[in-house]
This record gives sequence, structure tokens and C-alpha cells, in this order.
Amino acid sequence: MRRLLWLSVVAAVAIAYPLLLSSPFQQRLGALVLLYAIAASAWNIVGGYAGQISVGHVVFFGCGAYAAMGAYAKFGLSPLFGIPGGIVLAAGLAAVIGVPTLRLSGHYFSMATIAVAETMRLIVTNTDYLGAAVGLSGPTVPRNIFDLSFLSSLPYYYLFLVILAITLLITWWMANSRMGFYLRAIKDSERAARSLGAPASRTKLYAFMLSAALTSVAGALYAMMFGFVDPESGLGILISVKILIMAALGGAGLLFGPLVGAAILVPLEEISNSWLGGKGAGLTFVVYGAIIVLIARFQPGGILSLFKRRAKPNVDKGAGHAP
Amino acid sequence: MSFVLVQVIVGGLLLGAVYALFSSGLTLVWGMMNIVNFAHGDFVMLGMYVAYVVYTLMGGGPILGAPLATLVLATLGVIVYFGLIRDIMKGPMLAQILGTFGLALLLRYSVFWWFGANFLSMPQDIVGGTFAVAGLRIEASRLLAGVVALLVTFGLHLLLTRTSLGSKMLAVAEDATAAQLMGIRPDTMQAIAWAIAAGATGLAGALIANFFYIVPTVGETLAIVAFVTVSLGGFGSVPGALVAGLLIGVIESLSGYLIGAVYKDIVVYVLFLFFLWFRPQGLMGKM
Repeated sequence: MRRLLWLSVVAAVAIAYPLLLSSPFQQRLGALVLLYAIAASAWNIVGGYAGQISVGHVVFFGCGAYAAMGAYAKFGLSPLFGIPGGIVLAAGLAAVIGVPTLRLSGHYFSMATIAVAETMRLIVTNTDYLGAAVGLSGPTVPRNIFDLSFLSSLPYYYLFLVILAITLLITWWMANSRMGFYLRAIKDSERAARSLGAPASRTKLYAFMLSAALTSVAGALYAMMFGFVDPESGLGILISVKILIMAALGGAGLLFGPLVGAAILVPLEEISNSWLGGKGAGLTFVVYGAIIVLIARFQPGGILSLFKRRAKPNVDKGAGHAP
Repeated sequence: MSFVLVQVIVGGLLLGAVYALFSSGLTLVWGMMNIVNFAHGDFVMLGMYVAYVVYTLMGGGPILGAPLATLVLATLGVIVYFGLIRDIMKGPMLAQILGTFGLALLLRYSVFWWFGANFLSMPQDIVGGTFAVAGLRIEASRLLAGVVALLVTFGLHLLLTRTSLGSKMLAVAEDATAAQLMGIRPDTMQAIAWAIAAGATGLAGALIANFFYIVPTVGETLAIVAFVTVSLGGFGSVPGALVAGLLIGVIESLSGYLIGAVYKDIVVYVLFLFFLWFRPQGLMGKM
């Protein structure tokens, strides 16, 4: 009941935000928070729930971004039509990475993801068909509504809000399904889970593919909003970093962790960028690195896990007073 | 075999020896503590910048820069061990990977912020130009790097297998609790391992700084090279790292020469993925 109340408050704030704070900067900020929240929530499925730390998740982001822009640049279609292609591409690539590495210890998975992401970035940078270092652009002038090319950030905001809601719904559903229970068991002790008959490698693989597919959607949305994609913005390691740190800061493996992380870090970066200008770019990532180290060292569960631990004694007390 | 090809292979071997040197640091820590240091490549990058600073501030060449870089990085290794690794080692996998990955970013972008993103380089003749041996043209800086790296890597192998310190470290790697009961302090041994591993990266960085491009993001490429080397050589094996490092050096320069310079990294990365698929225990390693 209390959870439902909280949920409706958060939803009401999310819906009202761009109407209350209606300057273009604030609306754009809101849209970016939601966009990164989508990507981080998608990462959370494999990184948080399955406990497999992908540090090259940008490669799936890039699949979506390039598929969306490719649909326009190569076939003259609306970028929307690229989304299914991006999903298939990302899930297929996830299977190729996941099948061999998810059998091994988690380190191998992390190393493989970073190597795949870098390989892809190098290949795309040297492929003229994909625009090489310049990248691909979307429609400069929208031909119709399906091009999803708007001047204002407001339509993007609500579009992203809907997609985020769907992503969280899928995550919630997954966490409470048989698959979610398998994942929890595997994360606690893979050996024990296997011995009780949980199909560990397969479950992790499904989680990875689902996560990859959703990340590619985030990539497609990103490319649509910015109207272009190039190897740095679509396949650069820093996008992986942002996705990962938002989920970890908020709370990996918690439904709303990535949203909280995005709501803290995106404004931080936007504000520091507008204050410090170009010189701030390096500094932002120094701070990001420091935050990641501190989380790992002191609070691997993220910010939300802090509240969870505090909330527990109260719940017990409440139960004691109940008649 | 054509003459150019021999030239390319020799160049690859010399660079490969340096790969072997810094990768043996990664494999030591990985084999001993089951931790993958994602900041390993950035340690090498720091070694390069230390050598660069030594050159620009004091005008010193590798004779001053290399020992100093080794010392600075070894100190950093000990600090990182006590400040971060010792605690996250016992934590969940998430903390282990995030911890060293965050450290990588912290180092990379601190250097980026301080020195900028520009490519820096040392003067061509800092070690002493190019000379010809039996018709092969060899840069002195590359020869120095290759030979020193080869000797130090071999020395590291002897240290681990022939000395009592090495035996103690292996004992801790085998079973830290049992080693502790035998009067060996796991903490000290692991700190020494980090000092050695990071010191090796510092030396390697100072050696390649003489002929490599110096840029904050070079660590990312080097980290992947180290992953490939270790996974090829089998984790925990210094001789494995040596063979694999030389092999990768040759493969990289051959593919750079035969296919094109931009594809040499791609070839190495794809090789890595190939090994993860078919032989994750490496060429010589055991699972």
C-alpha cells in the first residue's frame, strides 16, 4: 500500500515536471535523465539482477543508434523502423558474447564486453558505409510525425517516460517471475543454484539478451533526439561508463536504482559542463571515477540500499506493535 | 622470407617483450588474488607520463625515468592495495570490477585534465637514434625496451620460482589461511605482489614512452592487450605471459604491415574473443 502511494507520487512528479519547470534547458534535462534511466535500467537487468558486470554495454546502445539512423540514411525510412533491427542485432550480439563467457567466472564476461565494444568502435570508425568517423545523420527536417524529429524536448520527454515505464515494468515482471528467482539464487551462489537444477548459464544469457535489446532501444532514442550518431557518441566507452555508474550509484539490482542514479548524475554533468565549458569534460569523469571507487569500497549496494537497511528496524518495530 | 618481413617480426618481438612485462604484473595479481585489475593499462599510461615529466622537467632520459617510474608506480600499487583492493577483494563481484574500473577512470581523466588530450612524444633520439644490425634497421629505444623488458620478465619468473619470497607468495595464492598458519602474512605478500605488478607497469610505461605516442587514453588499448596476453598465456603464469606477449607483438606488427595499421588492434581484440570462445584457459594455463 505504502509502495503504491510512493509509486503514484513519483509518477505524478514525473508527469508534471516538464509542465512546472518549462524552460527548454529544464525540459531537455528531464528528457536526458529519462533517457539515461532507460539505458541504466536495461543494464541493471544483467549487471544488477544477474550480477554480470558488463563494462561494454555501449555496444548495444550503438546497435540501436546505428540501426535507427541507418534506416533513415540508407533506406529513407523513419528512424523508428530501425528499432526492431537494432533489437535483433543487439540480442544476437549479446548471444555471441554471452554463450562462451557466461560459463566462466564474471571477470571474463567483463573483459569480453569491453573488448567487443572497442572492436566495434574501431570497425565502425573504419567502415565508410556506416559513415566512418563522421557517423550517420537523421532527417534534418521532419517529413512527417513518424520521423520523431522535434525542436522542443517536450515530446521526447513523454516518449522517454513511456519507454522507461515499459522498461521498469519488464524488469519488475522479470524479477518476480521464475527467471528472477533463478537469477537471485545464481547471484547468491551459482554452485548451489546449479545443484538445485537452476539452468544458470541459460538464465544469465536470457537476462543479458533482454538487457541488450532494451539498451539498443535507448540508443535508438538517443540518436533520434540528437539527430545523428558517430563512433564516439554511439560506441564510445564513456557511454558505458555513464550507464554503469548511474545504475551502481542508485543501486544495482534494485528496480528504481538506475532512475535515482540518473536523476543525480545527469543534472550534475549538465550543470558542470555549462559552468566549466570544455575544460570540465575531463573533470566530470575524474569525479565519476572517484564516485565509482567510493561506491565499490563503501556501499556496493548503492544509495537506495542505504534506505533499505535503515527501513528494516522500523518495519520490525511496527510488526511488534501490531495487535 | 622477404627482408621487410624479418624487420617487421623483429619489431614485433621487441614490442611484445614490453607487453609481456606489464602483462606479467596483471597475471601475477590475477593468479594470486583472483582480481582483474581493470586499471592495469592506465598504470602503464602513468608510467609513460612519469617518464615524460622526468624528461621535460629534468631533461633526464630513460636512465633516470625508468627507475623513477617503477618506484612511483610500485608505491601507487601499495597504496591501491591497502586503500581499495584489500577491502573489495572480500566483497561481491560488482565491487571488485567497479572498484578497479573506477580507478582506471580516475587515473585516466586526472591525467587528461592535467595534460590535455594532445598526443605527446619524446624526442626521436632520446636513447640514440637508429642503427643497423646485419642489414636490419633497429631503433635504439625499441631495442632497449625489448631487451630490458625481456630480462626483467625473466627475473620476475626467477623471483617467483626460485626465492623464498616467491614461495611465500605462491603459498598465499594457494591458500591464504594455511599460509597464515605457517607464519606468512597474506597482507604483506599481497601488498608486495601489487608493488611488483604496478612497478612492472611503471617500467614498461617508461620504456615504451620513448617511441610510443603518449596520450591519456592509451591505457584502454594497453589494458586489452594485457587481457589478451594473460588469457592467451593462462592466468597466473609469468612464462605464459612472456610467450603470449611476444606472440601478440609479432601478430600485431604483422597484421599492421599486411592488412593495415588501423586493423592491427582489431586483429588482437578478435583473437582475444576467439580465445575466450575456444580456449579460455589459454595456451599453457590450467582451469
